[in-house]
Order: sequence, then C-alpha cells, then structure tokens
Amino acid sequence: MSGTDPLLDVTGLTKHFPVRGGFPVRRAVGAVQAVDGLDLRVAEGESLGLVGESGCGKSTTGRLITRLLEPTAGKITYAGQDITHASRRELAPVRSEIQMIFQDPYASLNPRHTVGKIVSGPMEVNGIDPKGGRETRVRELLEIVGLNPEHYNRFPHEFSGGQRQRIGVARALALQPRLIVADEPVSALDVSIQAQVVNLLQTLQRDLGIAFVFIAHDLAIVRHFSQRVAVMYLGRIVETADRDDLYENPRHPYTRALLSAVPEATASDTPSRTRVRLTGDVPSPLNPPSGCRFRTRCWKATERCASEVPALVRVGGNGAGHLTACHYPETGDGAPKSGQEESALSGYFAP
Amino acid sequence: MNTPFLSVRDLRVAFSTEDGVVRAVDGLSFDLAQGSTLGIVGESGSGKSVTSMAILGLHDREHTDVDGEILLDGKDLLTATERELERLRGNTMSMIFQDALASLSPFHTVGRQIGETYRKHTGASRHEARARSVEMLRRVGIPQPDLRVDDYPHQFSGGMRQRAMIAMALVCDPQLLIADEPTTALDVTVQAQIMDLLKDLQQEFGTAIVFITHDLGVIANIADDVLVMYGGRCVERGTRNQVLRTPQHPYTWGLLGSMPSLDGPVDVPLSPIPGLPPSLLNPPSGCRFHPRCAFAEKVHGGLCATDSPPLEINGGGRGTACHLTAEQRRDFFVDYATPQPN
Repeated sequence: MSGTDPLLDVTGLTKHFPVRGGFPVRRAVGAVQAVDGLDLRVAEGESLGLVGESGCGKSTTGRLITRLLEPTAGKITYAGQDITHASRRELAPVRSEIQMIFQDPYASLNPRHTVGKIVSGPMEVNGIDPKGGRETRVRELLEIVGLNPEHYNRFPHEFSGGQRQRIGVARALALQPRLIVADEPVSALDVSIQAQVVNLLQTLQRDLGIAFVFIAHDLAIVRHFSQRVAVMYLGRIVETADRDDLYENPRHPYTRALLSAVPEATASDTPSRTRVRLTGDVPSPLNPPSGCRFRTRCWKATERCASEVPALVRVGGNGAGHLTACHYPETGDGAPKSGQEESALSGYFAP
Repeated sequence: MNTPFLSVRDLRVAFSTEDGVVRAVDGLSFDLAQGSTLGIVGESGSGKSVTSMAILGLHDREHTDVDGEILLDGKDLLTATERELERLRGNTMSMIFQDALASLSPFHTVGRQIGETYRKHTGASRHEARARSVEMLRRVGIPQPDLRVDDYPHQFSGGMRQRAMIAMALVCDPQLLIADEPTTALDVTVQAQIMDLLKDLQQEFGTAIVFITHDLGVIANIADDVLVMYGGRCVERGTRNQVLRTPQHPYTWGLLGSMPSLDGPVDVPLSPIPGLPPSLLNPPSGCRFHPRCAFAEKVHGGLCATDSPPLEINGGGRGTACHLTAEQRRDFFVDYATPQPN
C-alpha cells in the first residue's frame, strides 16, 4: 500500500447537521455532529469495512464520500483529485467511477421502471453507449449478478429481496466503477440469502478489482468481506487495522466490547472472548462527551479522557497499519497497563 | 420427566387470503418446561411468529383456522373463550414484540402503559400501579426510574424502549414469556444487555421462555432447546448443543454455512443455500426443503419430492425430518462442515 497513492484519501472529514429552533426566525441552535474529523484511505482494489452501531455516522460517511452530502470540513481526494467541494460538472466523470449500493432493496428501486431501465439508468444519465448497445450490456450485467437476462422487462415487485439487491448491484456495476460504497447491503436479507449476496460482492471485488467501502453493523460479515476495518463510534474512528490484526488483537476498549458482544453460534459454554458488558446507551451526537467520546461507557476512563481527545495513532507492538484512538489501549491479555507507560508509548509513536 | 408447562401438539394455522389458503404452520409440536428456554429459529415466512400469535390467541379469528392443541399448564388455549384468554394474557403469559416503538402507545407515558396491565389483573390502585411501574423499570435497568416513569416512549432510546416492553411483559410475573425477535432491531452491545437481563429474570422467577429469532448466534447464547422451522414445519429439534454441534438436517447445515463467524477460517466463501424460501400458498410437494437441498438426489426413489419426511423423535426429544439415513447424514455433514478452499 505504501508508495502508491490511495484511490480514496479522506482527511479530517466533518459533517455537522444544524438543528434549528425558535420562533419566528428558526436559528441554528445546535448541531448534530454526525461525523467529526474522520481520516480514511482506500487503496485500489481494496475493501475497507466500516463498522459501528446505529448513529455512529457510518452511513453519513458513505454519503459524504459519494458526495451525496456536502462536507462541513475536511478533504476528500479521489484518484489524486480534490472532490471535496467539486461542482456538479466537475463531479460528473468521478460519479461514474464511484457507485453506491443501498440497504433497502425495496426503497432503492423505482417500482414503475423495468429492470432494464433501472440498470441502464446510469448509462443513460452519463450518455454512455457501450458496444453492442445498452440492452446487450444490461443483459450481460444481469448475468454477472446471477439473474436471468430474460427478466429484462420485469418490474421490481416480481423479484424477492435478494434478487432486488442483485439488481442494485447490477446498476452499480453499469459504469464499470473503481469504487463501490455499499451501505448495509445485506442487513435487510434473510441469513441464507445474505450469504448469496456476500459471495457475489466478494467475487466482484476479486475478479473486477473494484475497491469497496463496506458499511455494516455486523462484525462477522465485515470480517468476511474486508481486508481492512475501521471501527467508528459517535462520529469518529476509534480503531483501524488490517482485518486479522483487528479481530485478533483489538486495542481500543470499544472494539473489544463490540467483539465480545457478538453472539456466536458455537454452542460453547466458555466464550472465546472475555465478555465485556457495556452499560448504557450511545450518547447523543447533539452534545457528545468532551475528550474521548467513548469515555461515558468505558470502564477505564479517567479524568484525562474527559479533557484530552485521544489521537488516532500507532500503539506499541502493533503493525504499521494498526491505529488506535485511546489513552489507555488494551494490551491483548485483558490486563490494562499503567496509564503512565501507555501515554509515553503513544507519545513516542505519534506522528 | 414432569409434565411440561406449555405443550403444543400438532398445531396447524391456515389463513384464507384472496390468493388461496396459506398454511403458515403445518403440524408443529413441542414442549416447554418451567424455567427453561426454547429457541425457535427460522427465516422470514417459516411460521415462527404465527406460532407465537396462535399461542396467545392474538390471531384474527375470522380469517384464521387453528387446529391442534395448545396446553398451558393443562388448560387448552384453543378452546378457551376470549374472556379466559384475556385473564391469562399479560398475567400468566405475555409477549415481547420485535418493534418496541410500534408496540408502545405514543400518547401514554411509559409508566401508565406498564401499570395498565398490572391494574387490570390485580385490581391495584393508580398509586400502587405507579409504584409497581417504577419498580419494574428499575428491575430492567432503566436509570432514574422514578423520573423516567413519566416519560413518553419517544423520549426513550431503542434499547430503553425494549427494556420498557420487557418491564410491561413481566409486570405480573408471568410464567410464560414469548419473545418474538426481541433483539433484532438493537445494536449488538444493547442486544447483549437485553439477553443478560432476560437470563437474570428467568433465573429469578423461573419463567418459561419461547425465544423466536433468525439468529443462530442469539440461540446459542440463550436457548436450552432449539427447534428449527422451515416452511411452516419443524425440520429439526434437540438441545442447543445437539442442534448447533451435530446438526442433522441439510437446512440447518445450510443456515450454519451461511453465517460468517468471528473466529472461523477467512477467505473461504460462505456456502449459502441456493434458491429462495418456499411460498406457503403453493408449497413444494414432499419435503418442503427439497428444491433447495443439495442432498435430495441421494435419497432413493426420489422420495423427497413425493413424501413429506416425518419428524422422528427419539427419547431425548432429539428429532429430524429428513429422508437421509443416519449414516448418510454423518458422511455428508463432515463433507459440508469442512471448509472448501477457493
């Protein structure tokens, strides 16, 4: 990864949604800090998993990357080009390379359009006429995603949830994208159908070399699909690492708690992970806690966590790509080191 | 073995719709002892929610045919009058629904909704009911229950609403609790809290729980016994360890193979079940799973397409409805469970 420029480079990405109130003039009385200073990199052909619980800002991040939302601050660079505030005209060529797959296969397809019209939509909008005509291309795409090309003239209601999601995938592939942002692409599907769609996406990533930002709340599916994983909490990334590194050696207390909360179908009476039970709920992004945002639910929090925002840095003993935003990272054996030692280390490795 | 607290025998539920008769549940039997948990697993349309509605008598009586026997502590619920059922619901048996926001009234405070059930069944005064509501909210882990009791549901977060629902279901210390996907809409950290809460409450009061979910991970965490449903029928049942460690039915294998894990080998493609769940309007002949089953052709004489396999239950309550022989199953499962490199 080092040496070459990443396909997508996001630094300090921030999105605050103003909250208006009052009468007669509705002034901004506050802001939902949905995403707050996010750094991300996605290499060509790589799959980055973005996990977190509801309200952590992962979907907002997806919409910012695809520029469906205007960032409040920060910078988005795609293939060397700054697209943070690019105009519609400047974005047009980029938009054909970045596509999106949505969560709800029922809401994301126009019920009045045939499958053919839906899948050829992106070509129509961008005025692209592939060799052999659009219809031939659509039939090819339907075949790639495992649908019968004969269903070209059918309407979405004639398909099941899993098949609809395949239509959404075919649409995303229509313009031969280099990056696909998939926002919870399988969470609305039944277990047996989920696996079908995950396998399809994995084949596409491998065979067509498409880079993915895979947004999901299901840690097991993200582990299955992504080479690198970023864990979000309340608008910030708390930990990012290569997949195996993150799942085997989580350093942020939140990551550890999240992993230990996933029920596993192993029927073993001794869970493989020491249970960490979080209490309470995620605080409101309207008024997030000062310092480390996880501190209100963290069993290790000290006064320092309230006053000082932990930087996303490399922690001692980790691989180069393993970054953690915590003053008192986990050591892996569950026993926290003394705060002094850790802070010295994180100071040492800070960029 | 002592007599089960809840006993369902050959339950059949059919709806008449414009398109024809939907046989949502087709011959389901199970027993549940006091203080234990039965997990019912299945995908959408497998009939698991319909079963729970039938137990509570919440189905639409005009358009629904219910046959069989549902014995709660020896009393048949299917022949009970609406008045008798009303006395039982919320008191002896109660239910937690999946969508807490849709199941709570937005116009009444949480405390009043919890207290309403209590007043109806115990004849307690407003004042007593309020005190009981506060106590219940405290028991399910709501902070500052004496203040939150006057909140409306929209002032609660998703996890708190689910807790309020549990408080409402448990306000009369029911002996049977039916939980229909109670954690599906929740985040994993909150889901873990709710499951711990249910387990604690069960230990304290000896409640029998029917836990309905599509998530085998949740089942592994909470159930004593497991029943796997497909197309309105039970395809496999047994203790948790039997079903999850040595599953016998190809559908259960498929479910397990479809689930990515946190520890298993990576870079191995999932082995999904091909095809789609059956339509219950026009279910497949014979074994309802046979059109999706990779092993149907191994059975002699094409039996799977013509004959519905009976659920053979041995003494320990272990059972599978499949035409494969025990030996075949053992061989195929080993093949199936060994990950295939790509």
